Amino acid sequence: MKELEYPFDSEYIIANKKRLRRELLIDSEDFVQVRIAILGGSTTSNIRQVLELFLMNNHIKADFYESEYNQYFEEAMFPNERLEIFKPDIIYICTSNHNIQSYPAQGDTPAQIEKMVKTEIRRYTGIWDRLCDVYRCSVIQNNFELPYYRLMGNRDSYDVHGSVNYVTRLNMEFYKYAQHHEKFYICDLNYISADYGLKKWSDPFYWYMYKYAVAVPAIPYLSFNVANIVKSLMGRNKKGFVCDLDHTLWGGIIGEDGADNIRIGQEEAEGQAYLAFQKYIKAHKQLGVILAVNSKNEKENAILGLNHPDGALSEQDFICIKANWNPKDINFKEIADEISLLPESLVFLDDNPAERHIVTNQIPGVKSPELTDVSHYIELVDRSGFFETTAFSDEDKKRAEMYEENRKRAVSIEAFSNYGDYLESLQMRAVIRPFEELYMPRIAQLTNKSNQFNLTTRRYTQPEIEEAASSSEYITLYGKLEDKFGDNGVVSLVIGNIRGLQCHIDLWLMSCRVLKRDMEFAMMDALAARCKTKGITEIVGYYYPTAKNHMVERFYEEMGFVKKDDLDDGGTVWNFLLTEQYERKNKYIEVEDGNNGKR
Amino acid sequence: MEKDKVLLELNKVFCQVFDDEDLRITEETTAADIEDWDSLEHINLIVACEKKFSMKFDISEIAKMKNVGDMAKMIMEKQ
Repeated sequence: MKELEYPFDSEYIIANKKRLRRELLIDSEDFVQVRIAILGGSTTSNIRQVLELFLMNNHIKADFYESEYNQYFEEAMFPNERLEIFKPDIIYICTSNHNIQSYPAQGDTPAQIEKMVKTEIRRYTGIWDRLCDVYRCSVIQNNFELPYYRLMGNRDSYDVHGSVNYVTRLNMEFYKYAQHHEKFYICDLNYISADYGLKKWSDPFYWYMYKYAVAVPAIPYLSFNVANIVKSLMGRNKKGFVCDLDHTLWGGIIGEDGADNIRIGQEEAEGQAYLAFQKYIKAHKQLGVILAVNSKNEKENAILGLNHPDGALSEQDFICIKANWNPKDINFKEIADEISLLPESLVFLDDNPAERHIVTNQIPGVKSPELTDVSHYIELVDRSGFFETTAFSDEDKKRAEMYEENRKRAVSIEAFSNYGDYLESLQMRAVIRPFEELYMPRIAQLTNKSNQFNLTTRRYTQPEIEEAASSSEYITLYGKLEDKFGDNGVVSLVIGNIRGLQCHIDLWLMSCRVLKRDMEFAMMDALAARCKTKGITEIVGYYYPTAKNHMVERFYEEMGFVKKDDLDDGGTVWNFLLTEQYERKNKYIEVEDGNNGKR
Repeated sequence: MEKDKVLLELNKVFCQVFDDEDLRITEETTAADIEDWDSLEHINLIVACEKKFSMKFDISEIAKMKNVGDMAKMIMEKQ
């Protein structure tokens, strides 16, 4: 039911819950049954009713037990015949920071506060241990949302007397228990309240009027979140993504625009958004989520796009690639068949409403978030809770461990004894090569917008750039820099004009996003090497001052050039003699001559 | 908004919240007249009204509501 898919209208759900329930009940005969006991620390009526709707929307019919108002502790800790007869499959303890017994006062010593934490936590561990013993069922426990106000302001977060600090400590204790106990799950109230907006989530109006710890309009978000956990516990999680390509994994239409012109990668805003989405999709593989392609494209174009050097995904990430002109619902069913999964266990990602419509209409149960603006793709997919992870299989675990080891290899960011160590830790890799077709638009763009690190501030059109690139009278170099945190894209350019045994530098610029990374040294090394192969013995550099390029006034001096001339307008001319013993200047960047850039 | 118009719109909210197309309210209607109108459903009614009329009730007002007429009056004052 559309009304119950993310992003839902929560107030609409609250106002129409009776009708929605009536409609969902019509086809509920083959729904799987589950028995859920809600033990509340505040009013839970709406939470239960909306949870029921979300579960029914996933073909789960729940029977509920609801504790008396704020009796979660008593009903859990003491013999409870009614609950024993109910025989819950899942117990959901719906508490909030209203249930915290006491908060530290200013005069309390750290030891006293430590004791308070222990006392508070013992109440909960007592409940959890007993529930596990007596009912042997799964337990879902809310953690605490952050406090509504902060007495000391920001200090509340780190001072042991602060309520923000105290709540955070309690939450950490909850997590420790969760890490060491099976069948115990945290409902992350802290996250979803922040996501919703704490101020609105904790609107005291609803507490004073009706003893709701969650604002009534926010309740569907809580219930949805609990439904995701229940769904996952009942093995109703999705298993994979089936992805469209054009305007879903990259910007543009590869069949029309060509592989060089699709938007993907660091070069501009839209490409960055698609790259982030590709990374997000790819990260799901660690959870054992399967990826497939369902695209109206020539297969070879699809592969070209998937293997684009600036994308995060590659052909190998997909278990099945259907790129053809068949209706997408047919492809979708074939994909599910080939990988032996039920079609409804696959999530369909497509920016085109008509394609989503045909797939979700022809194949009941398939979910397909309404992707419209790439900057919100991640939000829509992530908040939908398709892959709520309550347990890892052994295989998943192994994959996760491998990933963890890789992460540990990376030097953690701590204090560095000197700047060189820091640069070393960045594990920088550069590609420095003559201008290439793929990067022409970015190169032209860089020449037109770089102002600060730009020796001559010469502007070029794309045809002029292309002409220089293809001419034997010019040396052109672009530099692309990657580090362990990601790819910075094309960040530096040099254009040199060959005149006899001299190379005159018409353009030398660098993007300010990579200042102080020694990229300029790597460019110098590459330029020197290039000049040598052409038999050039002298490099001539020019500095033309502008209002903005003061930072490179002494650049050539730092590169080892010698000043030859002062120009009238404040400009300077420099030269560098190339000898056999050119000493490499770059020490921290691993330079490759191309065909890499993929991780 | 005229009182009759407010009552008409309010009636729609009541039909929606209590999922009863035939429900008809008057200024004199109270919680005692509608079977499902208990304190737990009252909050849903309030939230639905606030959305419908794009306004917020004050905590002091809600306690003073004795019947649908009071509710309509408060909504009109807030418009």
